[in-house]
Amino acid sequence: MNIKRTKSNDTLTVVINGRIDTATAPDFEANVKPYIDGVAHLILDFKDVNYVSSAGLRVLLSLHKIMMKQGDMKLVNVGEAVVDVFEVTGFDEILDYECC
Amino acid sequence: MKQLTVEAAVENIETVTAFVAEELEKLNCPMKAETQITIAIDELFGNIARYAYYPEIGQATVRFDVEKNPLAVIITFIDNGIPFNPLDRAEPDTHASAEDRQIGGLGIYLVKKTMNLVEYEYKDGQNILKIKKNLA
Repeated sequence: MNIKRTKSNDTLTVVINGRIDTATAPDFEANVKPYIDGVAHLILDFKDVNYVSSAGLRVLLSLHKIMMKQGDMKLVNVGEAVVDVFEVTGFDEILDYECC
Repeated sequence: MKQLTVEAAVENIETVTAFVAEELEKLNCPMKAETQITIAIDELFGNIARYAYYPEIGQATVRFDVEKNPLAVIITFIDNGIPFNPLDRAEPDTHASAEDRQIGGLGIYLVKKTMNLVEYEYKDGQNILKIKKNLA
């Protein structure tokens, strides 16, 4: 997994490359969570995320809860395989995301 | 039938995925089904890796079978760890708000929704969890 963070004023954009599963979810969390202090807009670019398992959903939910208190969180360029997982689990009703 | 026995460790999820992917490719498995199977492996083998033998270490076997007419694959996860039926879990409320959302049970729910069959059996000291995915 590769993670690239770019901060501009109160917006943090995170580009994730790889899958977010049991093995990589801790990495994903460790590379995003400590950096959202004072961030009002968190943008997660999912262009290069192949799939997400429940371990990834857990991190997304946790980030979402924090961001709802201090601003907002949006996933962009979400691929079909990830959208399928969101729809099956009802995460499509929770997360704000844009398909590619 | 093909099978692979490895240490039940998170690091081996990838080994299991590669083993299954190689078999799926021989069957020209559609991309979507392969992704769903990959996620199922992450959920099920991941569970075994984290809980079956904790805090000890043990082995797990993954068996791959093909059914013809109609084409389907059956993947069986076998471990000798503590008896655990993941299908016993109550289904998560997938319409709960973010605040009330429980993350436990979501993985197995995802597997149940994307596979055509999920079966659990405890036999001769083994947890045997079988998933079936139709490819035709």
